[in-house]
Amino acid sequence: MNWKIWSLKKSPWVFHVNAGACNNCDIEIVDLLTPKFDVERFGIKLVGSPRQADALLVTGVGTRQAAKRLQEVYRQTPKPCVVFAIGACACGTGIFSNGYHVVGPVDRIIKEIDPNAIIAYVPGCPPKPEAMISGVVKALSAL
Amino acid sequence: MSEIPQSLFWILIFPGFLFTVVLGLVASWIVRKTSALVQWRVGPPLYQPFVDVMKLMGKEILIPQDAQRTVFLAAPIVGLAGVLLLSTMLWRITIDPTRPFVGDIIVAIYLMVLPSLALILGSSASASPHAAVGASREMKLVMSYELPLVLAFVVVIIKTGGQISLAAIAGHVPVFSVSGILAFLVALLCVQAKLGFVPFDIAESDTEVASGVIIEYSGALLAIWKIMQAMMLVALPLFLVMVFLGGFGTAGWPLVWGIGKYVLVLVLLILIKNTNPRLRIDQAMKFFWGYCGLTLAIAVILAAMGNFYHIGWL
Repeated sequence: MNWKIWSLKKSPWVFHVNAGACNNCDIEIVDLLTPKFDVERFGIKLVGSPRQADALLVTGVGTRQAAKRLQEVYRQTPKPCVVFAIGACACGTGIFSNGYHVVGPVDRIIKEIDPNAIIAYVPGCPPKPEAMISGVVKALSAL
Repeated sequence: MSEIPQSLFWILIFPGFLFTVVLGLVASWIVRKTSALVQWRVGPPLYQPFVDVMKLMGKEILIPQDAQRTVFLAAPIVGLAGVLLLSTMLWRITIDPTRPFVGDIIVAIYLMVLPSLALILGSSASASPHAAVGASREMKLVMSYELPLVLAFVVVIIKTGGQISLAAIAGHVPVFSVSGILAFLVALLCVQAKLGFVPFDIAESDTEVASGVIIEYSGALLAIWKIMQAMMLVALPLFLVMVFLGGFGTAGWPLVWGIGKYVLVLVLLILIKNTNPRLRIDQAMKFFWGYCGLTLAIAVILAAMGNFYHIGWL
């Protein structure tokens, strides 16, 4: 296996992007980083800057205001990187579909600037922290 | 002519770059694992810091549009060079104390400033407002801890009767005296600040300025910063051991003792890290100049009195 991909799987650093979420998924993400779930076992670490991230945890439906920022953050992330659409809204706009302010879902916004982006979906409203860990593991083993 | 390959071997393989990096990454694993255990977690596996560096090496390097490219690219290398020279020097003195001149305590103090200066330069060159805040905090932090640190070494120099050669200082154990233990405690806190550990991680606090000084660095450049920090985790406690605790041996019991002293310093640093909240920059400045400065003024007076009246325990 390619050493770059192998090491990426062993130490995915994540950056949390809120693209217009109701804060519920954000709370679950913060839960994920508490000592109870201890994701540092897998080398997962929350970083403060997209330039140091390997995975973007995107929550929210992708509003008109947030879409441009999301694309900018995606451009600032060094490749190879993975985008995780966390929650029903990020996966498919959820109950906000057809809203006047919605341009999402997240995968469409990302694919506008990079058609080959690697996107993983973790559905749920909000998804459990266990579901997120499972999603991250599945996405990384598919790389 | 065999001098040059020999020196290169010292600097690049043993005891310089390769040896110190491996040791430093293991030390940074110990820091992370112990922090995890303190928080009732399992923590990362032993190879985690190595994989982190490997992964960063394989990633894309992004340079911000408005950044001053040359300084931005050169700063990590300057910092790495400083800490590399420092660690090579300390190990050389440990291995062969009879060598005429490798470097003294003043050279070491200069080299120890270099990583912080490089961080300030690199973050100022990156044209990011978060990095600018981080750089200004780092600058203030350097100004606050340098004075107590130098004063702590002054205490040691007085205690050892005016010695500035590290090999000569390593023969003494100044910590077994009132002024020595005061100076050691303050120097430990200064090293905590130099390493950017928790009560003094003001310049790169994740929650306030989003990793501040290194916010714009990515890929291999970030890997160089990580390697630099790992090497400092070896060099700075080693320096404390040499100056205050009587140094390292190279074989037998002195070696075991030396490793024990290094681990003691490391554990003290980790415990301070895990039991304290982050200070504000003004609190850190007051702490270093006020409390630490006062403590060291007393320590210097005690050491000078002890020297004058020949009282060993002062």
